Amino acid sequence: MDKLDNQGIWTYLQEKFGERVGIIGEPHGLLTISTSKDDIIELLSFLKDDEKLQFIYLTDITAVHYPKQQKAFAVVYHVHNLYRNVRLRIKVFLEGENPTIPTATSIWHGANWMERETYDFFGVVFEGHPDLRRILNMDDLDVFPMRKEYPLEDPNRVDKKDFYFGR
Amino acid sequence: MSKVTLAEAPPGVEGAGFFATTLDKAIGLARANSLWPLPFATSCCGIEFMATMGSTYDLARFGAERPSFSPRQADMLLVMGTIAKKMAPVLRQVYTQMAEPRWVIAVGACASSGGIFDTYSVLQGIDEIIPVDVYVPGCPPRPEAILDGVLKLQDIVKNESLNRRNTPEYKALLEKYGIQTDNG
Repeated sequence: MDKLDNQGIWTYLQEKFGERVGIIGEPHGLLTISTSKDDIIELLSFLKDDEKLQFIYLTDITAVHYPKQQKAFAVVYHVHNLYRNVRLRIKVFLEGENPTIPTATSIWHGANWMERETYDFFGVVFEGHPDLRRILNMDDLDVFPMRKEYPLEDPNRVDKKDFYFGR
Repeated sequence: MSKVTLAEAPPGVEGAGFFATTLDKAIGLARANSLWPLPFATSCCGIEFMATMGSTYDLARFGAERPSFSPRQADMLLVMGTIAKKMAPVLRQVYTQMAEPRWVIAVGACASSGGIFDTYSVLQGIDEIIPVDVYVPGCPPRPEAILDGVLKLQDIVKNESLNRRNTPEYKALLEKYGIQTDNG
């Protein structure tokens, strides 16, 4: 594979994983694929270690909350091929109120804090993570604030009348 | 030579070779003109405070010559900037480490009310955790505003009881915040 373009990557991944990976789209030219939580670690290891793909760098792990979907949480991985400057996004949709997914710290040590942050804000539990506790919010926070059901504004404030804000 | 301005003497009885006033007023005058500031700066208000301490605005003119970076040797806590809820216990500990008498100035919108950061992670004003004497508005306030806040605090210091720490009102205030008052 001389040129590592989206079409080439997708064909190559389909040869290897078949039905276990799906395609979501190419927004802004960024190939976005999906997989399941049973296959994510195998997929990430393959992306990192394969001689053609060489997605050696984990840019980010985060999550998205889609409260109206049945699979309400998506964990999003961004990986980067630093040799050819090619990026790839992988989404894993998860079910349930307390979603779980295997940890990626076995592949990248850098995943440690990213997974802690994702746990901190979305409550996604990364199974096998060596030290899964809050990283940015205060320790005694009892909610996962980036979930859509929690208001952005501080609920303890009494001086803020909706009237003055046109609500 | 520039003219040296002396602090205005408190009201009292003056005669040949003596001047009598109350101890409260004399001590208050000394305290007000020697406030040792403890800057607790977390964001842009802190930058304005640097200008306030600099030669153009020169906070030292008002007796706040020595910024103290140990809370135990400071009188005046200046909280400048957004205080995240995670930071709140730290700020509270700094306040409790200060010796009496102690005063607090909340500089800027964030320290006074949370400012634009009306969000789950930011303290909506430091008066949720520690008592505040003077609020300085602005986002960030200009150095003149910070100086005005310090002068307002000087007025408070000059006119309050020498023994404020033992008054029932003050103790009740601290107890409302859950801060120990063990000084007799």
